[in-house]
Amino acid sequence: MARVSRLGLLVLLLLAVMASIAAPALAQEAEQIGGRISSEGEGVPGVEIGVATPDGEAVGVGTTDENGEWSVELPASGTYRVTIDTTTLPQGVELRDPERQELEIRVSEGASATALFALGEREEAGSILGQRLAQSVFNGLKFGLIIAMTAIGLSLIFGTTGLINFAHGDLVTLGAFLAYIFNVVLGLHLVIAGLIAVVLTAVISGAIDAGLWRPLRRRRTGLISMLVISIGLAFVIRHIVLFFFGGSRRPFNDYTLQIAMNVGPVRIQPVEVWVMSLSVLILVGVALMLTRTRLGKGMRAVADNRDLAESSGIDVQRVILSVWVMGGALTAVGGIFLGMIESVDYLMGFRLLLLMFAGVILGGLGSAYGAMLGSIIVGLVSEVSTVFFSSQLKYVWALGVLIVILLVRPQGLLGQKERVG
Amino acid sequence: MAGDIFFDALRTALGPTAAAYALLAIGLNVHFGFTGLLNFGQAGFMLVGAYGVAITVSTFGGPLWLGLVMGLLAAVVLALILGIPTLRLRADYLAITTIAAAEILRLLVRSTAAEPVTGGVFGLRQFGDDFFAVNPFPGGRTFFGPLAASPNRAWVMLVGWSLVGLMTLLVWMLIRSPWGRVIRSIREDEDAARSLGKNVFSYKMQSLVLGGAIGALGGALFALSLQTVQPDTFLPQVTFYAFAILILGGTASTFGPVIGAVIFWFLIGSLQSGLRRFSDAGMLPDFFGAQSVGAVTLTFVGVLIMSLMIFRPQGILGDKKELQLDVS
Repeated sequence: MARVSRLGLLVLLLLAVMASIAAPALAQEAEQIGGRISSEGEGVPGVEIGVATPDGEAVGVGTTDENGEWSVELPASGTYRVTIDTTTLPQGVELRDPERQELEIRVSEGASATALFALGEREEAGSILGQRLAQSVFNGLKFGLIIAMTAIGLSLIFGTTGLINFAHGDLVTLGAFLAYIFNVVLGLHLVIAGLIAVVLTAVISGAIDAGLWRPLRRRRTGLISMLVISIGLAFVIRHIVLFFFGGSRRPFNDYTLQIAMNVGPVRIQPVEVWVMSLSVLILVGVALMLTRTRLGKGMRAVADNRDLAESSGIDVQRVILSVWVMGGALTAVGGIFLGMIESVDYLMGFRLLLLMFAGVILGGLGSAYGAMLGSIIVGLVSEVSTVFFSSQLKYVWALGVLIVILLVRPQGLLGQKERVG
Repeated sequence: MAGDIFFDALRTALGPTAAAYALLAIGLNVHFGFTGLLNFGQAGFMLVGAYGVAITVSTFGGPLWLGLVMGLLAAVVLALILGIPTLRLRADYLAITTIAAAEILRLLVRSTAAEPVTGGVFGLRQFGDDFFAVNPFPGGRTFFGPLAASPNRAWVMLVGWSLVGLMTLLVWMLIRSPWGRVIRSIREDEDAARSLGKNVFSYKMQSLVLGGAIGALGGALFALSLQTVQPDTFLPQVTFYAFAILILGGTASTFGPVIGAVIFWFLIGSLQSGLRRFSDAGMLPDFFGAQSVGAVTLTFVGVLIMSLMIFRPQGILGDKKELQLDVS
């Protein structure tokens, strides 16, 4: 397949070159696409811009004059694909947003349309590799900490009940959505709204265990059946949120307009500092709780060997309920934090779910520490990949890690080997 | 109005989409019903089937039959890639890997880098002209009454449901064969099958390839019926539609996916048609927009999956004895 597509690309390229030679001769007075390429107010001459139909058939190539202006005549109205050849840009000048190297422009009959390519430094990070790397490591840590918080519950639920909870991502969405209601709709401050949302999500999560999963466990429903039921539950939660919230992305009211500070090579918003420090505090708190408290020891004991735990007097059902309540609270915190640094939308949790799976399997299914470690690695991988590859593919790299770890070490980094059949 | 809704629903239930989903569910039945493999990435197999046709014809100008072959080959390759790391592990690892792989495929296909080949987010169009050129139905309306359809739609319906019939026959014959007995014994007790000297891994892989290829066929049919492919058609929810169909019709029953697809799409069709007609008649609150129809439909699918699994896991045609599935 790879060879076929490469061959196809070559053919397309040849066609494009041939068409671009032929096109100017055929040009008539008609629709056109044009624009001005400038850097710090000065026109940039000698930049080549290719225009093609959506099918990839080249229409023409424009070159900027001394004022940085260019235009390409079009055969008819319609949609065209305009690409700037970045290799023709002078040294030291590059696109502000490398993703916008190619634009889709609609030209109506008899009109001339403008294609805008903004040059200059990228807004988010500098052009130097080291600086971008530092920024992406920072972003990766931030993202990884959020995945870690949500993934602990997923891992502990699996450890204590054997269930892979496909509805876990939608608890993240639910937490963020509830916080949005109290913050934006009812006008409470985000800190208060967030606390209410965390408590509510924890209660709902506990109620789901007591009302749905415990009766199913009592009926000895198979794990695969429960897994499919959790998907049904995920659908219900996700689309109830969609019904009330709509499909758009929305920010919270507070902590949105913030001025970034430069800390060494990295640009940091104050809200990110808060989110990250709180995440670390919460993760340390959970770790301490798991090792020092009676309940935490009970959780680990049930995850390790349920029958042994039960026979040594641990109330397994109560421990499982606490795992659900704690997991629910943590997912809500993760959802709110994610909503603070990005925005709230009904698919945010589902997108996170696949990354949680990657983190949990990387760290070792059933282990809380493994979930933390694996999630942070997944966050780092997905963000650092954007330095070298398109940011559209950042989840692909994170999910690729999942498949690689299953190939080489299926029990995960911190998992025990005999867990896996 | 009730009559209109009924006929709308009937048209949906017998339409090309229902036939395509029946194929997806037949594939899932081979995986989940007969072998006990939890494939949550059927959308990925559907995607490679659809894009196999679209890319071969639209991007490279190849013939349609080659596109179908490419789509099926891609499904085989995908099954091998997914199966090698996961089929030796517990069933739930396959579930996570397949859903992740289906998302990876969708993200790759819609990325800017792949746009010269796949058309990116815009997808590809007009690759089914060869298919409609051999349409035997004359112009005007075909069939009668509520089944009236344009010639092209009638042609897709005929081919689609014939494929469903053929695949059902194929699965029926395979399941009654010695091969079918082995894969069902793997579902019941993998270790027992292994102790009888069966190469469990190889049988599971064959099942994954077969079901995936049937899913890819469903994808190709889906793409042809619309004459367009777009990456966001292949969201993970597609897989769970197919699961709902399979569970509704009866997991591990030969005709379950077919009955399930017709009834499922009848339910979806009546729900959507009803909501839309009530909404147009001003009988629903103002905030109930076009998006709400989708949200209500998907919530309904979720409730359907949950309640079937809890109260009637064998569905309509299934046999409870065939459902002793568990993670092992």
